[in-house]
Amino acid sequence: MRQAGIPVPEGEVAESARAAQAAAATLARKGYERFAVKAQVHAGGRGKGGGIKLASSPKEAGEIALAMLGSQLVTPQTGPEGVSVRRVLIEGGAEIANELYLAITVDRARRRPVIIASSEGGMDIEEVAATRPECIHHQWITPGWGLESFEAAGVAYALGLKGQAHRAATKVVLKLARLFADIDASLTEINPLIVTPDDEVIALDAKIDIDDNALFRHQELAALRDPSEEDELEAEAAKHNLSYISLDGTVGCMVNGAGLAMATMDEILLAGGSPANFLDVGGGASVDRVAAAFKILLQAPGLKSVLINIFGGIVRCDRVAKGIIEALETVKVDVPVVVRLQGTNAEEGRRLLQESSLDFIVAETLDEAAREAVGEGK
Amino acid sequence: MSILVDADSRVLVQGITGTEGSFHTRQCVEYGTRVVAGVTPGKGGQKFDDAIPVFDTVTAARAETDADVSLIFVPPPFAADAVKEAADAGMRLAICITEGIPILDMVDTIAYCNDRGTRLVGPNCPGVISPGACKVGIMPGFVHVEGAVGVISRSGTLTYEAVDQLTRAGLGQSTSIGIGGDPVNGTSFKDCLQMFAEDEQTRGVVLIGEIGGSAEEEAAAYIADDYPLPVVAFIAGRTAPPGKRMGHAGAIIAGGKGTAAEKMKALAEAGATVVDSPSVIGATMAEILATG
Repeated sequence: MRQAGIPVPEGEVAESARAAQAAAATLARKGYERFAVKAQVHAGGRGKGGGIKLASSPKEAGEIALAMLGSQLVTPQTGPEGVSVRRVLIEGGAEIANELYLAITVDRARRRPVIIASSEGGMDIEEVAATRPECIHHQWITPGWGLESFEAAGVAYALGLKGQAHRAATKVVLKLARLFADIDASLTEINPLIVTPDDEVIALDAKIDIDDNALFRHQELAALRDPSEEDELEAEAAKHNLSYISLDGTVGCMVNGAGLAMATMDEILLAGGSPANFLDVGGGASVDRVAAAFKILLQAPGLKSVLINIFGGIVRCDRVAKGIIEALETVKVDVPVVVRLQGTNAEEGRRLLQESSLDFIVAETLDEAAREAVGEGK
Repeated sequence: MSILVDADSRVLVQGITGTEGSFHTRQCVEYGTRVVAGVTPGKGGQKFDDAIPVFDTVTAARAETDADVSLIFVPPPFAADAVKEAADAGMRLAICITEGIPILDMVDTIAYCNDRGTRLVGPNCPGVISPGACKVGIMPGFVHVEGAVGVISRSGTLTYEAVDQLTRAGLGQSTSIGIGGDPVNGTSFKDCLQMFAEDEQTRGVVLIGEIGGSAEEEAAAYIADDYPLPVVAFIAGRTAPPGKRMGHAGAIIAGGKGTAAEKMKALAEAGATVVDSPSVIGATMAEILATG
């Protein structure tokens, strides 16, 4: 945001209480009397979860940082287990006359970016959207043209601003729109965007989501990836180009295709079980990927059975079956494995699995496979 | 008849000499699709498999061969440009298979296609097939048979699964369309529902949605307004946790919106037959068509 020319508070990141206190002391020498301590995690809703606190002295900032660092922060956007806080941001506290909300995201239905603005900024913007939608202003951005100055000015008027504050906010809106396009964001959100008693407009806190698909042209952003913020198994899967999401059930899933993977998980739920993960091995389900997928899958805590569901299209089921057998010769699996193959050469594939020396449970239909996998895991 | 593609469609493949492009071009030709041209910049003048002329540009290919449908296998960094080139050359329909195209590229590209009057299907989709007549995509042709059920889906293999169930239940398909798993795509459920309603061959529609976005809710609103055909719907992703992207870039529950439960409710209220289990999509449609 600072690089994009959007006013942000002064501050620095600290990884220890001592560094936090020193950072606050530096700010104190510049004349700041209040300090914000903000947990640096990849999740929103930090204010509600106690991840943002104010201090009135550098010593207090250090004490707050000490309590925050190493703790698990639970917010409405994290799971119940929360996320571990490894860094805090120490900022000079700003005087707030007015808290606003300003964000840009992609409106999927209208197929274009949309600016969402509200004069009701602060922690409860979700509440405002739900109960008082008339307080939320929308400005769509025309594809190929970008945001016009009068449109940005309109957003600032909708925020209820006049005079110098209006001019400053208009600039922020234009700069945020340029930033959104320049970095291929899927979300740029400033909350709160504050107006100071001197009519300055400052982005007090912000969240940016980058479109993964666009990282190839933003090496500088790809380098910001922080593995410590990611699930270990998910990060390992990403290395093998596997799409994997950890869940807390007992039936491990390996499926080709994202839609079929979700449908398989749904079928497990209907059969009275719960999936341990989402895993898409890709349309082809090659030996290497199946083997890599097994290694990741078997590390899931609480795993009691595995369900492999492959729809063989262009890739024939007999080849997929050989791949599964080969993969299982290199990876030791000590839970029951249910395999369901359908599509091209499915019968041949099932025969190969049944004749192998490995102990598969072979199912024909998806619901049968799900019932077997849930039953075996009990 | 079918929708979007038929036996008269003259198909051009952009990226025909690449690994994916060449493999699937052969599969389409084998199925009976009339692939009349290929485009790979710098390889103009060659012949693909000694039969299909390759051109440097879509405009040149179209002028020479009268192609009207483009099938696109161009890698993500260049795919948006390829779609725009197809639109500018006056192709009626562009079907983009490529997965991993930046969302903002697609925003611009769809506006460009609308300006040129070109329909885009995809990206990140398996393509379109009118069984027995024309296959423009990467789906396994053999699971399909010609018939009266229209299929629309955001997925790939889950669509094959549903089509396979229909075929086993004795129901053929008029056209099966994969609209793609990305957040922003060229053709919506609603667009396809509209085309199926106007198609004499189609007597029922299978709609396969998934979590994320509001395309299913928009389809529901359209169906609620006296849609003339029976619709069987399945929504994948009931077990998906919020905030996690389930493989497809578009399959994410954001801010509590886009859940499977909401979509199923909207479709059921609109009069669609919503099935809980993906295993009964085919049987449910068979039952409805037998009684209706």
